[in-house]
Amino acid sequence: MQRLTAQNVTLGYEQRVIAENLSVEIPDHSFTVIVGPNACGKSTLLRALSRMLKPSAGQVLLDGHAIGSMPAKKVAKTLGLLPQSSIAPDGITVADLVSRGRYPHQGLLRQWSAEDERIVLESMASTGVAELADRSVDELSGGQRQRVWIAMALAQQTPLLLLDEPTTYLDIQHQIDVLDLCAELHEEQGRTLVAVLHDLNHAARYATHLIAMRGGEVVAEGPPAEVVTAELVEKVFGLRCQIIDDPETGTPLVIPAARKPKPSAGLLTGTTAGS
Amino acid sequence: MTVDLRADKPGSRALRGPGGLSLRMEPRALAVGLLLTAAALAMAVVLIGTGDFEIAPWDVVQTLLGNGSPANDFIVNDLRLPRVLVAVLVGAALGMAGAVFQSVSRNPLGSPDLLGFSYGSAVGALTVIVLFKGGATAVAAGALVGGLLAGALVYLLSYRRGIHGYRLVLVGIGTSAMLVAVINYLLTKAQLVEATRAMVWLTGSLAGRDWSQVWPLLATCAVLFPLVLGQGRALRMMEMGDDAAYALGVRVERTRMLLMLAAVLLTTAAAAAAGPISFVALAAPQLARRLTRSPGSNLLTGALMGSVLLLVSDWASQRAFGADQLPVGVVTGLVGGVYLLWLLVTERKAGRI
Repeated sequence: MQRLTAQNVTLGYEQRVIAENLSVEIPDHSFTVIVGPNACGKSTLLRALSRMLKPSAGQVLLDGHAIGSMPAKKVAKTLGLLPQSSIAPDGITVADLVSRGRYPHQGLLRQWSAEDERIVLESMASTGVAELADRSVDELSGGQRQRVWIAMALAQQTPLLLLDEPTTYLDIQHQIDVLDLCAELHEEQGRTLVAVLHDLNHAARYATHLIAMRGGEVVAEGPPAEVVTAELVEKVFGLRCQIIDDPETGTPLVIPAARKPKPSAGLLTGTTAGS
Repeated sequence: MTVDLRADKPGSRALRGPGGLSLRMEPRALAVGLLLTAAALAMAVVLIGTGDFEIAPWDVVQTLLGNGSPANDFIVNDLRLPRVLVAVLVGAALGMAGAVFQSVSRNPLGSPDLLGFSYGSAVGALTVIVLFKGGATAVAAGALVGGLLAGALVYLLSYRRGIHGYRLVLVGIGTSAMLVAVINYLLTKAQLVEATRAMVWLTGSLAGRDWSQVWPLLATCAVLFPLVLGQGRALRMMEMGDDAAYALGVRVERTRMLLMLAAVLLTTAAAAAAGPISFVALAAPQLARRLTRSPGSNLLTGALMGSVLLLVSDWASQRAFGADQLPVGVVTGLVGGVYLLWLLVTERKAGRI
C-alpha cells in the first residue's frame, strides 16, 4: 500500500458537500499533479490529504494510520504542505523564515541544533536562495518569494510534500522556474510531491502521475501520456482540442480548438470574413 | 558548552550544551531585554523616592535592602513599594497581553483595550460599585468576571471555522461600543458618591495600592507568564497564517484559545488591580518590536516595555501634578492617543487599513 491514501472520504464545508465517497492513492516517489476545472474539488482533496480538512466520512491514511488522530508534530515530520497563501511576518529575513521549517523537529530545550542549521543551509542552497539569506522577504520578487517558501517546506525534511497551486500569481517565467525546481527535488531527493495545478500543459509536462477530477470525482488517473487525450480534456474541462507532442519534452500538449466564425456574422454586417 | 555567535552563518546564533540542548539567541533582543529591565529597576527606585516626602535613590536602595531608617522603612516598604510593584506587574501583564492579541489578530490595532475586554472589566466593576455599592475586593472580582465574560463574548461572536484577525478586531470594536453604552447607562443610574468612585475607577489609577493588590496580581502573573512564553514559538509559527502553522505541526485552534484565555486573564487581573489603564497594551509591544527589530511577537520585551511605560507615566503624573492629583490612566491615555493617531496614519500609508 502507498504511504498516503484517501479512502472513501466525503469532503465538504459545513452543509455543502464537495466530494463523496472519493478514494485516491498517491504513488510513493511520484510527482503527482491534480487537475480539473474550478470547483472540481482538487484543492479540497489536497486539504484533506494534508489534514487541514477533516473528512465527514471515510479517512485519510498516512503510513496506515488515520491522519487526524496522529500527533500533529509527528505528521509534520512526514508530510509537508505549501499552502496557497502564507504571510511573511514584517521584516523577516530569508534565513529566519526558512529556519521556521524546523519547528516540528524542535522543542523547548532543543531550539536550534547544529543539524537544524545544516539542513536550513542545504534547503536554501537547493532552492537557490542561499545568497538571499540576509535579505528581507518583503523586498523579493514573487518568484524568489515562492522559492523561499519552498525552501521552508524543504527544511521540514518530509518525505511527502504537498503544494497547493504553487504557480498561481506568478509570471510565466517564474511558473516554469518553480516547476523545474519541483521536478529537481522530486528526481534528486526522491521525495513524493503532490501538487494542484491550474495549467493542464504544465501538469502534463511535469507530472509522473496525473489525477483528473470533475465534480468531486476522479475521472482518470495515470501517467500523463495515457491520461491526456482529446476525449478526456473534453470530458473534464468541456474543451474541444487537439493533443500533439510537446516539441521540447515529447509529453502531451493540449492545443485548444480554434474559434469557429459565426456563419451569419458576415451576412448581417455586410463585411467579408477575411477583412 | 559552545556559544555560536558567528554572524556570517544565517540564523546561527545559538547556545549549545551537552545532551542535545540548544537554545536560540537573538543578541539584539537580549540586549533590549536587559536594557529595559535596567530601566524598569531604575525607574522603580526613582518612583519610590518620589512623592510629598522625597527620598534619594541611594537611600531607597538601602531601605529596600533593609538598612534604612524606621521612617524611611515605613514609607518605602509599606506605602510606596506595593504601589510600584502593582505598576510593574500591571504594565507587564498589559504589555504581554497586548503582544499576544496583536500577534493572534496579526494586526497592531488588535490590543485588549480596543477589543473590549477592558470595557468588560469596567462594566463588571461599575455594576458592583453602582448597583451593589460593594467594597474594593468585590469591585476587583466584578472587574475580573466582566472582563472574562467580554472575552468569551468576543471569542464566540468572531468564531467561524476558526478565528481570523480582521473579524476579531471588528467584533471587538463593536463589542466595545455596546459595552460603553452599558457603562454610560450605569453612570446615569449612579448616586453622586458612587459616580465619583466609578469615574476614578474608570480612569485607572495606582493611588493607594497596597499589598492586598500585589499578591493576587503576582500569583496570576507567576502562573500565566511562563504559560504564555511556553507557547511563544507556536505563536511565531501562527504569524505565517493558520495553514502554514498547521502544516508545521502547531495545533492552531487549541494554541490560540489557550493564549487568548491567558491574555484576557492578564488584562482583567490588571484591570482588577488598577482599573482599565489604556494604551499600554496597544503601544508596548509595538515599541518593543521597533527596538528589537525582531519579527515575532516580542512577548517578553513587550511585557518589560509595558512595565517601563507605566512606571514612567506614573512618575510623570506625580512630577507634573503632585502626588495622586492626576490618575496615571489619564497620562497613558494622553500619550497613547497620540500614539494611536500616529499608528493609524502609518498603517494607512502602508495600505493596511
